[in-house]
Amino acid sequence: MSPVASVHSLWTVAAGAPGKIPAPHIEYAELSPTLIVLGAAVIGILIEALVPRRHRYYSQLLLSLVALAAAFAAVIGLAAGGFGSSKAHIAAMGAVAVDGPALFLQGTILLVSLIAVFTFAERRLEPAAHGEGASPARTKGRAWGRVDSFAAQPAAVPGSAAEQAAVKAGFTTTEVFPILLFAVGGMLIFPAASDLLTLFIALEVFSLPLYLLCALARRQRLLSQEAAVKYFLLGAFSSAFLLFGVALLYGYAGTVTYAGIAEVVSDGAKQIDPALAGTMGNDALLLIGAALVLMGLLFKVGAVPFHMWTPDVYQGAPTPVTGFMAAATKVAAFGALLRLLYVVLPGLRWDWRPVMWGVAILTMLGGAIVAITQTDIKRLLAYSSIAHAGFLLAGVVATSEDGVSSVLFYLGAYSFVTLGAFAVVTLVRDAGGEATALSKWAGLGRRSPLVAAVFAVFLLAFAGIPLTSGFAGKFAVFKAAAQSGAGWLVVVGVLSSAIAAFFYIRVIVLMFFNEPKADGPTVAVPSPLTTTAIAIGVTATLVLGLAPQYFLDLAGQASVFVR
Amino acid sequence: MENLIALLVAAPLVGAALLLCGGKRLDRTGHLIGTLFSVASFALGVVLFADMLGKGAGDRALHQQLFTWIPVGGFRADIAFQLDQLSMTFVLLITGVGSLIHIYSIGYMEHDERRRRFFGYLNLFLAAMLLLVLADNYLLLYAGWEGVGLASYLLIGFWQHKPSAATAAKKAFLVNRVGDMGLSIAIMLMFTTFGTFAFGPVFAATDRAGQGTLTALGLLLLLGACGKSAQVPLQSWLGDAMEGPTPVSALIHAATMVTAGVYLITRSGAIFNAAPTAQLAVVVVGAVTLLFGAIVGCAKDDIKKALAGSTMSQIGYMILAAGLGPIGYAFAIMHLVTHGFFKAGLFLGAGSVMHGMNDEVDMRRYGGLRKYMPVTFITFGLGYLAIIGFPGLSGFFSKDKIIEAAFARGGTEGWILGGAALLGAAITAFYMTRVMLMTFFGEKRWDPAEVHPHESPKVMTLPMIVLAFGSVFAGGLFSINEAFVKWLEPVTSFAHGHSPVSATTVTAATMVVLVIGVGIAWGMYGRKPVPALAPRGSLLTRAARRDLLQDDFNHVVFVRGGQELTGTLVQLDRSVVDGAVNGTAAAMGGLSGLLRQLQTGFVRSYAVQMLGGAAVLVAATLLMRGV
Repeated sequence: MSPVASVHSLWTVAAGAPGKIPAPHIEYAELSPTLIVLGAAVIGILIEALVPRRHRYYSQLLLSLVALAAAFAAVIGLAAGGFGSSKAHIAAMGAVAVDGPALFLQGTILLVSLIAVFTFAERRLEPAAHGEGASPARTKGRAWGRVDSFAAQPAAVPGSAAEQAAVKAGFTTTEVFPILLFAVGGMLIFPAASDLLTLFIALEVFSLPLYLLCALARRQRLLSQEAAVKYFLLGAFSSAFLLFGVALLYGYAGTVTYAGIAEVVSDGAKQIDPALAGTMGNDALLLIGAALVLMGLLFKVGAVPFHMWTPDVYQGAPTPVTGFMAAATKVAAFGALLRLLYVVLPGLRWDWRPVMWGVAILTMLGGAIVAITQTDIKRLLAYSSIAHAGFLLAGVVATSEDGVSSVLFYLGAYSFVTLGAFAVVTLVRDAGGEATALSKWAGLGRRSPLVAAVFAVFLLAFAGIPLTSGFAGKFAVFKAAAQSGAGWLVVVGVLSSAIAAFFYIRVIVLMFFNEPKADGPTVAVPSPLTTTAIAIGVTATLVLGLAPQYFLDLAGQASVFVR
Repeated sequence: MENLIALLVAAPLVGAALLLCGGKRLDRTGHLIGTLFSVASFALGVVLFADMLGKGAGDRALHQQLFTWIPVGGFRADIAFQLDQLSMTFVLLITGVGSLIHIYSIGYMEHDERRRRFFGYLNLFLAAMLLLVLADNYLLLYAGWEGVGLASYLLIGFWQHKPSAATAAKKAFLVNRVGDMGLSIAIMLMFTTFGTFAFGPVFAATDRAGQGTLTALGLLLLLGACGKSAQVPLQSWLGDAMEGPTPVSALIHAATMVTAGVYLITRSGAIFNAAPTAQLAVVVVGAVTLLFGAIVGCAKDDIKKALAGSTMSQIGYMILAAGLGPIGYAFAIMHLVTHGFFKAGLFLGAGSVMHGMNDEVDMRRYGGLRKYMPVTFITFGLGYLAIIGFPGLSGFFSKDKIIEAAFARGGTEGWILGGAALLGAAITAFYMTRVMLMTFFGEKRWDPAEVHPHESPKVMTLPMIVLAFGSVFAGGLFSINEAFVKWLEPVTSFAHGHSPVSATTVTAATMVVLVIGVGIAWGMYGRKPVPALAPRGSLLTRAARRDLLQDDFNHVVFVRGGQELTGTLVQLDRSVVDGAVNGTAAAMGGLSGLLRQLQTGFVRSYAVQMLGGAAVLVAATLLMRGV
């Protein structure tokens, strides 16, 4: 067993004398981003328990923002301290990598989460009370007089008298903030995980809060809960595959650390663990195990054919959560995927590359084609996110530093566009809450030119039109793929982009060139929170589109994995 | 001194920017500002000219490199100027005549509400035209080329409230596009052949290019020249361009812009010298146009259109001369300059007549005007004598030399070209005498109750007088000791032609045809009264009135043909392209509908699909190892 892989011997090898468990060596400073966020999440729980209700909203909001900002500052500090390059190493007894890709992705996740907190905290869009017998007078004295997008009383059965009462009373809850922080904590570990067990635990740490968040929609609670249950069931299902894959890989290599497995893959097993003598070095275990772990990650990124949950969950979840999930989960999951493929399995790339090519093609085409016939804006964006996962996979399979940097850049660019787009979706409302049916968006550009124009910018970025970040990202990814010899993958990618452009542009046409409907939705005026979120999204989209070079260079510097 | 070259262009450009962006507050002073910048540019030109005269003939050319415009790999486009004797000639002509016409326009456009804009456009034209002649590479020349096209378009359509003016502007623009396309392709071809489009390197490298490439280059440049200089077959726009205000006709469509084609061919002499086929095409175009324009000019009753035909014909002479190579370049430019004087003078005279005649342009409603506008009569008359080549006046020297050079081409070609040039001289004498007689002599054919002919104000007559001096003396001055030819020789090179007939014979023959032309005109328009309504006329007259059917030809061949072609293409687009596109879209939609059905909403079927996906993924991974 390699020396770095000792902590996990706790699980796998009968320990020596009881009570002599060695204290692990933890580099707290290097892990500070994760620790800050998780610590803040715990404090958030305490706030829920101890702080009076009327103070909770502001304290939770402040705590979340401060924690995320502090964690981001810590990431910057680590990067400035050289941990992204020369001092990169694997911390926490070989469990968590501190290197360029990890820091870049953590920084992205933290920024995205920071913006997500703005949209989570939005309280001016929903009227305090809705449905029958709602009385606006009740809203007096509450924070900003309105409520947020989350269920008034999540524990109440949808449609029950208790729920109606809670809605009428205009209840709000603030648990979403610590739940969000827990999810962010898991996401920070996920792309940095350097052994398979840490990977799995990080996966669960961010998945469980997400399942919860999905169930918390204020309106259409049945749809929301259905989404959460589906996500949970399928997530559990895929986790099982992943775990099974982890077991097979352990059987193959006798270790769960990435470095250890990589060594066995390239050089063969040096020491045969007596307990695993029958399985070590068996390539069938390696291949099947690798495929199953990959599948678990492909599920999280929403790649075809493991994408089925995406549209249902994106549609049912509260829109701020959808935006957060679509952006941050994708960043974290692609980070983990990159590390797995580039650190653990590079010796195996002649086996997984063709398979991943297939997955990338299916994902690009599948997402783009099915999106054409969607009639709901959130489902449309869900399929768009599937197509984008395909474009990202095209960069992933490049197996080069350019591939890594292009994916890093793309993830950053894409998350801001996605967050912004979903934030705009929260603004377009009618009596039933958000008006997500596409037909209702007809003529939006005539009524609210600014909001429609902003959404059009996001759509153009999704479509990859030059001068938006989407173009720069797509160009980088396709370039990396082409240089790696997968020219035809790029051809498929460009064709898929063409198909995708159709439905993005269709929405623009719908907004600007169709007559508004008489009973169409109105655009709510948000608080500065959502406005800020959207403004940051637009700014990032345009800056990354007009002057991408600095960020491409940054991603290029951050593209080397520590092994 | 070379640092001043950019200022030549900058002065009118600043003027244009001021006038076009300055808004209404400049309405009252705009014409003065425009004139000031034009005169400033002229003064600068004179300073540079004086400096140039002080140097030896060999090192008179100045260069100014402003900055590199587009550096992309091996592609390098510079904003750089070159001022040599050829450019200098044009600078003085453009700014000199331009300034006179600015001054004239102060009076002519006095009552126009949009006078500030008019002067802005004039300044813009000057800047573009100077850029064209000062550029040291073809790309920058092209920028000026398009700039004068734009200014021409704006000024022809200046009275845009008249549908005829708007149409004429559009026509000029479209026809010019055809020529511009030739020039732009020539520049691209030049870049692919020589890797540069700067004058010096290109001309030095002509021996490295194949004969085919050089011929193609020459023909493409000729196409460009035909468009801008209204030569057959791209001549149709010039007559309509007379819809613009008369000062515009004088400056742009007589003296300067339309001569850009001659400049282009002369400047590209090195290319044409190496491509005899292209040169032959040039002389053919020149010879055809000089007759074409002259014939059209005979039949027009609109004084400006008659002069426009004459312009076309005179530029035909210049193109002919330029096509003759080193024996003709200098005479082409010399005729260009003298023509600039007398034709601008004639147009300003025509404008002055119109000014006094309530903007009437039909010569059949003029008559006997010499008593009412004596200054206009005398200046116009001197211009008239100059253009027909009356001995001692400008046109005599310059045109005579061209006819001589045409004969000197030698062989049958020389006889044909010389004959055409002589015939053209006869026709010129005829139509110009016709204009002169119908306008200033004979009986009044206007209604004294409605029209009160009067002399124009001094601000208009003064430029006419100055131009009349040029019309009388320029040719003679240039010819003293072959001064002009020697001046240009370092740039264009010069060779004495060997004419099969002696110079004296040519001059004598020219005199004879001149007398014949004037005599016939006198017989037709001087001895008997001119009918106020045009007689039906012979077939040729009727055809010439319709500009020798140029528009009918264009309509049948290009408009109808184009419509047929676009119709077919639209059909093709609908059935094939749209069919393919819509078919693909429909197929994608159908596929989407099918795939969508996989999304049942049941979590159990999702799980099964995932299981299947996992199985395929594992199987594929294993299979890859097997392969």
